[in-house]
Amino acid sequence: MNNNIEIVDARGLSCPQPVMLTSKAIKKLNKGAIEVLADSGTARDNVSRLGKNSGWAVTVEEQPEGSYRIVLKK
Amino acid sequence: MSTVLRFLTSRWGPIITGTVVGVLAPVLVMLGNPGNMGICVVCFTRDIAGALGLQRAGTVQYIRPEIIGFVLGALVAALAFKEFKPRTGSAPLVRFLLGMFAVFGALVFLGCPWRAYLRLAGGDWNAIFGILGLVAGIGLGIVFLRMGFSLGRSRPAPKAVGWVMPAIMVMLLVFLIVAPQFGRDASGNPTGPIFFSTTGPGSQHAPLLISLAVGLFIGFLAQRSRFCTVGAVRDMIMLKDSHLLNGVIALIVVAFITNFALGQFHPGFASQPVAQTNEWWNFGGMALAGLAFTLAGGCPGRQLFLAGEGDGDSAMFVGGMLVGAGFAHNFSIASSAAGPSAFGPITVIVGLVICVIIGLTMREAVATAKA
Repeated sequence: MNNNIEIVDARGLSCPQPVMLTSKAIKKLNKGAIEVLADSGTARDNVSRLGKNSGWAVTVEEQPEGSYRIVLKK
Repeated sequence: MSTVLRFLTSRWGPIITGTVVGVLAPVLVMLGNPGNMGICVVCFTRDIAGALGLQRAGTVQYIRPEIIGFVLGALVAALAFKEFKPRTGSAPLVRFLLGMFAVFGALVFLGCPWRAYLRLAGGDWNAIFGILGLVAGIGLGIVFLRMGFSLGRSRPAPKAVGWVMPAIMVMLLVFLIVAPQFGRDASGNPTGPIFFSTTGPGSQHAPLLISLAVGLFIGFLAQRSRFCTVGAVRDMIMLKDSHLLNGVIALIVVAFITNFALGQFHPGFASQPVAQTNEWWNFGGMALAGLAFTLAGGCPGRQLFLAGEGDGDSAMFVGGMLVGAGFAHNFSIASSAAGPSAFGPITVIVGLVICVIIGLTMREAVATAKA
């Protein structure tokens, strides 16, 4: 369902903003997919933990330029 | 080995890091560091500022190897795990200011969050007011974060940017070992440009190699586990996430046990080492520090670890701490055992006003978009 995809660009943001933006997206969507772009290992880990703790399936892909694409699905 | 390293990024990571700090910090005190100051990022940065002559309070001058170790240990971990990512551009000047004000507040209390927890674990009940202030400052920072506060995005930077802070740390290590004395005082005796205290807290330190090794070890662990003594409180209040707080609780409990075992647990308010008993300004100082650390995204230790990962903005915060530490003593802001100094309280108030202005005015466009 295309209208249930949310993209969060958290690249370059300090703690805790990547998690706050993802949390906002989780609250907005009851189910669907959230794609989070992050460029630090800390943001990757924190966003993944938030997704798992909120009951979403989490997959992480490392992008060629060293950033991360974290996909949360439910 | 790889299982242990993987463990560090699990929920056990902060707990392991807190446990290691809880054991090693009291051991550093036993080996010579000042009381309840096995680790204090702000005090140690202040001592480095003194050793470089940025402040001339003769009792607090020493190049603390623990700080050097924190940055270089984090660098090693970041390189080993492909997380060395030079970046900068997220309001560096504001971060410099926040570093200064964090240090002003912390030096009114006489300790950073790391030392506040360690003081509590050593029986210094004045730390309770400091920790309450810290929580209040973090709470205020969360209000601004919820209102949309942001220092803006950093951008990837050339590799050289990431190597600046590690290079400065190597230079400090050389200064520590060589201790050049090519200045001359009025009587013609060798002095400076590197100053080491012969009395007071600056003269009290564990052996260099042990301090450096402890710093490197903690720096490595903390880079992997993202240990943060301010993020711990922030995430618990804001996200109900105890991931980092578990590490701080481990630190306090284990440091208490270690202090007890080493005969270093002395409960009370009066006559605590490098402490003052004014509860209002212990609270106020740490409220300012907590707010400044929260706006900057993490505690002073975390800023050092991020600087080791190549974060030029955290390096600017560390620079602000170093310069602020010089000001704190030159302008009679830092407290003494007798209580707050002449300009400590007013600086805390001015600092709070400035940090509130920063909290209210720094914004970034909403980064969430519909696909």
